Amino acid sequence: MSIYFTKEHEWVRVKEGIGAVGISEHAAHELGDITFVELPAMGKVVKQFDMLGAIESVKAASDIFSPVSGKVVKINEALNDAPEIVNESAEDAGWLTWIEIADEAELKNLMTREQYDEYLKTI
Amino acid sequence: MNDSHYCPHTPEEIREMLSVVGASSVEELFAPIPPELRAKTFNIPPGMSEFETFARMQAIAADNGAAMVNFIGGGFYDHIIPAVVDHLSGRAEFYTAYTPYQPECSQGTLQALFEYQTAICRLTGLEVSNASLYDGATACAEAAMMALRATGRTRIVVDGCVSPFSRQVLKTYLYNQAVEVVEIAPLDGLLNRAALAACLDEHVAAVLVQNPNFFGCIEDLSPLAEQVHAAGALLVASVYPVSLGLITPPGDMGADIAVGDGQSLGNPLSFGGPSFGFIAAKKAYIRNMPGRIVGETVDKNGKRGFVLTLQAREQHIKRHKATSNICSNQGLCALRGLIFLSAVGREGVAELARLNRDKAEYTKARLAGIPGVTVVQSAPTFNEFTVFLPKPAAPVVAELLKQGIAPGVPLGDYYEDSANALVVTVTEKRTKKEIDRLAEALRAEL
Repeated sequence: MSIYFTKEHEWVRVKEGIGAVGISEHAAHELGDITFVELPAMGKVVKQFDMLGAIESVKAASDIFSPVSGKVVKINEALNDAPEIVNESAEDAGWLTWIEIADEAELKNLMTREQYDEYLKTI
Repeated sequence: MNDSHYCPHTPEEIREMLSVVGASSVEELFAPIPPELRAKTFNIPPGMSEFETFARMQAIAADNGAAMVNFIGGGFYDHIIPAVVDHLSGRAEFYTAYTPYQPECSQGTLQALFEYQTAICRLTGLEVSNASLYDGATACAEAAMMALRATGRTRIVVDGCVSPFSRQVLKTYLYNQAVEVVEIAPLDGLLNRAALAACLDEHVAAVLVQNPNFFGCIEDLSPLAEQVHAAGALLVASVYPVSLGLITPPGDMGADIAVGDGQSLGNPLSFGGPSFGFIAAKKAYIRNMPGRIVGETVDKNGKRGFVLTLQAREQHIKRHKATSNICSNQGLCALRGLIFLSAVGREGVAELARLNRDKAEYTKARLAGIPGVTVVQSAPTFNEFTVFLPKPAAPVVAELLKQGIAPGVPLGDYYEDSANALVVTVTEKRTKKEIDRLAEALRAEL
């Protein structure tokens, strides 16, 4: 099971054609206390790097972009009542959606964890 | 220009400023502007002393129709403003306050706006209100934008009985967006429900109606709300706040969003402004709402306090992704609305509304007695109603204006085949004597 990151600080963890998607721990930390997560509708079809949803913190509202193309097959409904889960566990329990990946070849447009860690040092 | 009384600078100061920028004369300073684009003259008389200016202003004020007996409504209303409204809203703490971004030094303003939101929610029967918008017409357009965002659909249906001014602002707002605006022509001064049913489909984000509508007619929105919701769209109702003392609030009739203009709540007519717009909605749509919302919280010592909340969607934070480009609320005018509602109270609003309705009913009866005049009876009305005259309304209005009576809004400019129609408005300020005078003047003119 591999995890990939975008420059916009989303991650996707791929298993058997399904990608769990979330925002990175770095992003969750930078946003501060998260107050609301706007999740996409079930069945929504997205393209890689298109807008998937939005996250609101006490400081700002930020768009979430999809790391892969595909169809939204599951959303993390726990976040409706407890958006702070994203702060507590951004890269695990704080996942946002599951996406049925349309084209795994797109993963080459993303960064590995090592590449992402290097990238964070440059920003 | 050096001898002009309107220029605050002495010739010496002007020379000094010119020398800093390296120009030898004012003419040279403005040389880059082509002569044909420069003002030839500002057409202003020579300067006057303070006393002369005061006398001149008084003369202008005496000539501006303040003594006119006013039966004009159409969205802006001549209501009594209790003295407490001017007194409290004129306090420097409120009058000079800027946007309350720093809660630690803005508690008074924040509390006032929080209470304003509460008052608007109670008045409209809806769950959330923001801290006010620019005016009623833009509030209507913002409500349409909310519905587009909330539903992800692309069409707005608007009843032709909604104020033509609001409809124009709506069209201007949506002009450059991929949104279709469908207008339904009125039927006998009411929403054409059959025409609405025919155009309700999966593309419609919202149906916009007004109650009482531009012709003064009141409709039961409840069956309409069911129909609109069944199609997956939202119902937006524009309402006249004073009428809510008597008419079922839009929220109780199933509207999802209510908007309106707050001028009638303690704000003077002032030749068209400033006023404020209000917007209230079901809680589910709070994150699609434009503008700012004041919330109640506790400070680190557990004491009650107020703070701007949900402002993450506002322009100063979200920039080009802001929910709306309306970034200023009308704090002081909204405060006047709150003071008005607080001074009048729940019972008072109901009493005020009854008084308006009763006087309008008396006027209706008086005008109906004039040969050739027909009062439109298709629905109950509040303080505003439509009459058809035996001849075009505009010249009749012009004649009555000469006698110091402004009899209403002629509809000819806004609706086809309505040249003879006149919308007459009666507020609590109109006396029986004034109403009788209107009836007599109209009878004589026709």
